[in-house]
Amino acid sequence: MIYREAGQFKTSYAADQAIFPILQDRIAVAIMMVVALVVIPMFGSDYFLEIIMINVLFFSLAAIGLNLLTGYTGQISLGTGGFMAVGAVSSYKMAILFPDLNIILIFLLSGLFAAAVGILFGLPSLRIKGFYLAVATLAAQFFLDWLFLRVDWFTNASTAIEGVPRSLFGVTITGPAATPVAKYYVALGFVLVFALIAKNLVRSQVGRAWMAIRDMDIAAEIIGIRPLRTKLLAFAISSFYCGIAGSLMLFLFYDSAEPDLFDINLSFKVLFMIIIGGLGSILGSFLGAAFIVTIPVILTNAPDLLGLPISSELAKHLEFMIFGALIIFFLIVEPHGLARLWQIAKEKLRQWPFPY
Amino acid sequence: MEAVGLDVLTWMVDFLSGLFVDPFFAVARRPDKLVQILIQGVSAGVMYSLIALGFVLIFKASGVFNFAQGIMVVFAGLSVVVLIEAGVPAILAIAGAVVVMIVMAFAIERLVLRPLVNQDGIILFMATIGLAFFLEGFGQIIFGADPKPVPVDALMIPDGKIKVLGGLLGKPVRIYELDLTAAGFGALMVAAIIVFLNRTKIGRALRAVADDNQAALSVGIPLRTIWVLVWSLAGIVAIFAGVMWGAQSQAGFSLAVLALKALPVLILGGFTSVPGAIIGGTIIGVGEKLGEFYWRGVMGDGVEQWLGYVIALIVLLVRPQGLFGEKIIERI
Repeated sequence: MIYREAGQFKTSYAADQAIFPILQDRIAVAIMMVVALVVIPMFGSDYFLEIIMINVLFFSLAAIGLNLLTGYTGQISLGTGGFMAVGAVSSYKMAILFPDLNIILIFLLSGLFAAAVGILFGLPSLRIKGFYLAVATLAAQFFLDWLFLRVDWFTNASTAIEGVPRSLFGVTITGPAATPVAKYYVALGFVLVFALIAKNLVRSQVGRAWMAIRDMDIAAEIIGIRPLRTKLLAFAISSFYCGIAGSLMLFLFYDSAEPDLFDINLSFKVLFMIIIGGLGSILGSFLGAAFIVTIPVILTNAPDLLGLPISSELAKHLEFMIFGALIIFFLIVEPHGLARLWQIAKEKLRQWPFPY
Repeated sequence: MEAVGLDVLTWMVDFLSGLFVDPFFAVARRPDKLVQILIQGVSAGVMYSLIALGFVLIFKASGVFNFAQGIMVVFAGLSVVVLIEAGVPAILAIAGAVVVMIVMAFAIERLVLRPLVNQDGIILFMATIGLAFFLEGFGQIIFGADPKPVPVDALMIPDGKIKVLGGLLGKPVRIYELDLTAAGFGALMVAAIIVFLNRTKIGRALRAVADDNQAALSVGIPLRTIWVLVWSLAGIVAIFAGVMWGAQSQAGFSLAVLALKALPVLILGGFTSVPGAIIGGTIIGVGEKLGEFYWRGVMGDGVEQWLGYVIALIVLLVRPQGLFGEKIIERI
């Protein structure tokens, strides 16, 4: 009854091609925007904003990036952590070297650096695919890990890279002194803009070329899509997103981090997000990020609430087990992830309460 | 500006000569070091091959790229160690570990592989990543997170060292008996696997399944039995690899990351080739030990962490199917 599109007629191409063509969706999105922009910052506790929301936001950005590459273009990457490290390290270096540069610009530039590195390590994808490519991207991960750990220039010879305090419009937005609300708004701004760009990108010629390559590369080449340009573009844009996500992770959440924070486990974490959320879905990237971020929070808090004290070590091991089991469970039950479940729910709602 | 340009130039020259010239002088000065490092590299390579072997077995028979092989190795090694610590005789402990791995193979077939039959290779690959996480958490709960030393005496693994070639090279070269044992047993195991795959009925059935699931089913090969069999076999290979790895350092969960080194080995050797796993392992092992030692001056420590992957990457660009793999990748 509620979710029914009958009677909503389109009178222009623009209306027909809108991202949310159904009125109910637009209302839902508007409500979510109000919640995200007003309600959460006003009523959310600092713990909720920092530990959950900011984490979800920058992980969503990384997941969108990886989803563009793996979900839409079909190139598996296990180097996400490395590309995020490039973003974090380059934004740290730039913030130190150019104290007057606007922080937003620094974030964007760090994305460009990550994109350049992404293109470099995307080159093997022109000759190989599948598992072979996955291993090739592992080379990127381990090499970048080592590079940032061993070459002093990147970390200014200290053991950690730092989120340098900066302000925007007179408000401190990065570093330990910034309030969670300010950080939250910065993260939200980036994620909203780039999610919108990604959504439109995958509906455009570029996105269709990516999907053609994913579905059958030889056929795509025959209909005139250049594999070289398309694949490298996917690597570049994906790494751009991951790079910005890495910068945000450092500047808005960790403040100070050792470069080995961006290790292979981070790559897996983002990969799990897109598997659980849904390969080839922007919405899925958000759902997956939210899921993977909240599971550990629930697992650490649930035993206390239930009155079962378990050690933090055991909780960590249980977390591994539950993660693993969930991945297998999702792959068996719904290989297309949470996004697909949402789609099924929408189709059911459309006929509710009178299914035929 | 000119001075800066000159600085960069000297740095470049230093760097390049450090990479490509200095190592040869170093070799000329201390030839015994080179031999020592080659031996180290070969023994590291044997260890990588042992893990890669498990990958190859499973990939050949079920087309599954088993990411969890590394953690299976840890699991198997720890089972042996824990059983011996509990006072079980060595032979029985190994038998017990075999039972553990077979039970695990049954569980994996029932809970993971069977529901996912007919899915894309990539879905199965991701499922094994999930499996690896599950086993890591599970293993840490039952075995404890701390690494355990392998009781080499109880297992009767020799752990002395032999010094050879002292007269020829000026200084003697050390060979560890442990490495010799690993290489010897490894060779034996590879021979056994090759005979098993090529000469027995079950081995032929296994290869048939690898070639074509459907066709194998239709001539009456029980797919599930084959899967359980091959995962058990990989588990048994893992016991050996786990004990040997553990004897070298300690049996602990940090080995699982090291086991990722088996991936470049596989790429180099080709996913479907048993000899390829051995030769690939040796090349990667030797290459990274050489790099670690002779490039330490210009690149710092830890070159071996990534050099194997880069070697594999370069091989991939030239020969996408690896050195011995079947040529199945289409050119694009």
